[in-house]
Amino acid sequence: MTAPSTVRFGVVVFPGSNCDADAHHALSTFPDVDVDYLWHKDTDLKGAEAIVLPGGFSYGDYLRCGAIARFSPIMQSVIEFAEAGGLVLGICNGFQILTEAGLLPGALLRNTGLKFVCRYVNLRVDNAETAFTGACDADEVLRIVVKHNEGNYTADPATLARMKANGQIVLRYVTAAGEQGDSANPNGAVDDIAGVCNQRGNVFGMMPHPENSVEAALAGGAGGRRIFQSMVDTLMAREVAR
Amino acid sequence: MSQRATFEAAVTLGLTADEYARICEIQGGEPTYVELAIYSLMWSEHCSYKHSRPILGRFPTSGPRILQGPGENAGIIDVGDGWAVAMKVESHNHPSAVEPFQGAATGVGGIVRDIFTMGARPCVSMDSLRFGELTEPRQRFLLDGVVGGIAHYGNCLGIPTVGGEIYFEPSYEGNCLVNAMAAGMIRTDGIVRAIASGVGNHVVLIGSKTGRDGIGGASVLASQEFDETLEEKRPSVQVGDPFTEKKLIEACLELIHRKLVVSMQDLGAAGLTSSSSEMASKGTVGLDIHADRVPLREADMEPWEIMISESQERMLAIVTEEQLADVREVCERWDLDCSVIGQVTDTKMLRIHWHGERVANIPARRLADESPVIRTPSVKPDYIVDEPVAVSDAAYPQPTDLGAALALLLAAPNIASKRWAWEQYDYIVQANTVQIPGSDAAVLRIKDSPRGIAFSNDCNGRHCYLDPYRGAKAAVAEAARNLACAGALPVAVTDCLNFGNPEKGEIYWQFEQAVEGIAEACEALDTPVVSGNVSFYNESFGQAIYPTPMIGMLGVYDDVGVHIDDAFKDEGDVIVLLGAEAGWMDGSEYQKVAYGKVEGRVPDVDLRLEVELQGKLRAAIEARLLKSAHDCAEGGLAVALAEGAIASGVTGGTAFADPDTPQAREGGAGRWLGAEVDLGSASIVTGAAGRPDLALFGEAPTRVIVTVAPELLGPLEAVLGDLPHRVVGRVTGADLRCTMDGEELFTVPVSELHSAYESLPQRLA
Repeated sequence: MTAPSTVRFGVVVFPGSNCDADAHHALSTFPDVDVDYLWHKDTDLKGAEAIVLPGGFSYGDYLRCGAIARFSPIMQSVIEFAEAGGLVLGICNGFQILTEAGLLPGALLRNTGLKFVCRYVNLRVDNAETAFTGACDADEVLRIVVKHNEGNYTADPATLARMKANGQIVLRYVTAAGEQGDSANPNGAVDDIAGVCNQRGNVFGMMPHPENSVEAALAGGAGGRRIFQSMVDTLMAREVAR
Repeated sequence: MSQRATFEAAVTLGLTADEYARICEIQGGEPTYVELAIYSLMWSEHCSYKHSRPILGRFPTSGPRILQGPGENAGIIDVGDGWAVAMKVESHNHPSAVEPFQGAATGVGGIVRDIFTMGARPCVSMDSLRFGELTEPRQRFLLDGVVGGIAHYGNCLGIPTVGGEIYFEPSYEGNCLVNAMAAGMIRTDGIVRAIASGVGNHVVLIGSKTGRDGIGGASVLASQEFDETLEEKRPSVQVGDPFTEKKLIEACLELIHRKLVVSMQDLGAAGLTSSSSEMASKGTVGLDIHADRVPLREADMEPWEIMISESQERMLAIVTEEQLADVREVCERWDLDCSVIGQVTDTKMLRIHWHGERVANIPARRLADESPVIRTPSVKPDYIVDEPVAVSDAAYPQPTDLGAALALLLAAPNIASKRWAWEQYDYIVQANTVQIPGSDAAVLRIKDSPRGIAFSNDCNGRHCYLDPYRGAKAAVAEAARNLACAGALPVAVTDCLNFGNPEKGEIYWQFEQAVEGIAEACEALDTPVVSGNVSFYNESFGQAIYPTPMIGMLGVYDDVGVHIDDAFKDEGDVIVLLGAEAGWMDGSEYQKVAYGKVEGRVPDVDLRLEVELQGKLRAAIEARLLKSAHDCAEGGLAVALAEGAIASGVTGGTAFADPDTPQAREGGAGRWLGAEVDLGSASIVTGAAGRPDLALFGEAPTRVIVTVAPELLGPLEAVLGDLPHRVVGRVTGADLRCTMDGEELFTVPVSELHSAYESLPQRLA
């Protein structure tokens, strides 16, 4: 069986999404990726093998972040896709939508500083075995930008314990040296959690923006490339296996 | 509809006796109330520029790169490869003083609409802000609200806020300044202008419903001084809905790119009135508007209220019958209201109808373009002096600890890091940001092209107060110098001219002087003024703000890869001072912070030297000779050195295009670089007063510090030629050490300087 030449991504566009074009652009920097936009009023995933829910302010986030987006027609298809094992990455507002949709455990509260925060953070890869981090080294530190008002991840203690046991806590905010500590945590998230996956490992949400960190020539740097690379590798491997 | 448009009514709406007489003459008798309300807005200072128009003609406005100068929603500049940049700045001072969060938010919303109205995708937001001193609780409230409002609106739109400036002076206490600047990218063949044409075409209103918010915003708020009725003016402030604006951006850009509209205009100050009359006047056509067809938030609105409402997030488009269905389809897809409210006619009249009855009939050109012009006889104010201040040890006792004086300056709110503010802004969205806030200029790449663009904004209000001509000239020179420090070529200016009440001779003098200074500097630097805004009546209880002609400037790169920032990079690099030597006390931050004085006469920029310095600096950067460059501005040479040292170790403070910089190697872990600097011979560097503190903290235009690898010093000197310059020291380990003639002045750890520099949040707690 020869390796497939490309893999197909879909980036969902909700009204108010504002990192949809950045996610599309980031994916287009990978030579083996085809990428399409998916409109929120549609239900057709256009044959996508992986879905990205981008950052932004879907439907203005006037009720609660992600609370309206999860009822959109496209999300019904995304939920079915995820339940069938499809790869779904939620970034920032996308992460919030995934928790609202019940595809990921926990919730995202307002930052403890009560202000929007746009800042470089260091992220330690605490599970490098997932479909979204397989291209990373264990304990590798990625430098990516966060920008959000509601990124303070929380979950009840029992859920957290279960997530830890299952390796669902994938990314944590750390110092450049890889140590946890309050000064490294931009939003007050419990246990410095920056990114989590579901138990099955096919749905992943993260507050930092890997799509703004794929090109070394830009201020955002290239610390986010490995997230997308991991997804591409996973999809390629799946196709080969088929 | 029973209101009479009497002289008394006209006065209530802010019109003068002369203006009322002229209206009666144009209308052939007493106008209708709707007509009077429309005139009162269109002939307000804010909409008509009646005090400033005769003076603004002084600006250079054209050049080979300029595709659109003043007179449209935004200026447009060719930046190469078929790309152009649309840019504009606008004040939202009075709304922000009344309600800081919504005032600033809608300021961003308004300026962004000016950009996409022309077909450009907004790609940059920047804000120039002025407040009273932070020791006052109300000023902290205003600052917090304004920054929060800018963040709320800009972040939601997904437009990076990549820079700006914030200054604090007592003169802004009762009248803060919020100048919102935006720019967008557009193909040179895709420009849309706000000109109505095609008799029979539809006038289509797109976006939000119309409410009573912002009624009289341009006349009641923007064209009067503040007094004790400030709180009562709150209803005149609009409320922003960035979610709707985001949908408007996408829908309108689709309409323009698919060529589904003949022309487009946003609804800003004076709402439907100004947009419709300006479109008609420019197209020498008439418009029939049916006010009863405008979708309303409140059912019982009167036609005059509908015509002058400043409800946000609305656009007016001229659409042909054939394309109307497609326009409706696009708007429906984005869940936006889309209503045909009138037609283009050949009457050249703006006619307003209300349930079949005509309630206004005004010649569009006379309304939009023939407002009265007023020229106040100017009077040089008494406080202006012609000589620099005498820096005597009695009036200005020398500090014993110069290191402590430096820390004091770094902690001064005007100099201290504004990270607290810009970390609330998304400066990275759209994936073009090359240089984040905190350095001299914001730098962005142009996708799929080696080219790039850069932006700066500058104005030292204190300098403009002491000498409006020199201060305004220096603002232009500094904006250009900031771009040159990043390696960009300055090409165009947008300006926001904030002044007091123009009916006063002293204020008018300040205005005339400042315009002259800007014009001379723009001519010398070849940066035409392509757009801008005049904001008068910035006074409260009769006290005017410092004259504040804010300059926003665009720079371009053929290869954005050459850009550099202000951070020291490697130990052993040589520090070179380019330009003038001695610093001045007059108008300096040092004078204010250490002595509590604002007096004297600020230095005049030598524009010939300025052009030479910037050209050679850019040449050195393009030849990749330099590792950093930084303008010496507030706080003089010592603060510029300290900022270079502090930036060397700050996480996220600099781009890391070069993987060998310490911040890239260590992930910005905070390893400081310092410097050892010898100011040189006291007789050269201390100026007339013979004081080392002036050499350190005194200010002068046309000065830049650069760092260069030792082996590239020779090639750099070859580029600099006979430009005044001097090697002053080296980048070293973790301390900043300054000597004069080898004698120590101070040594301070950079970590301490950093603590002082980042102390703004403590003042806000």
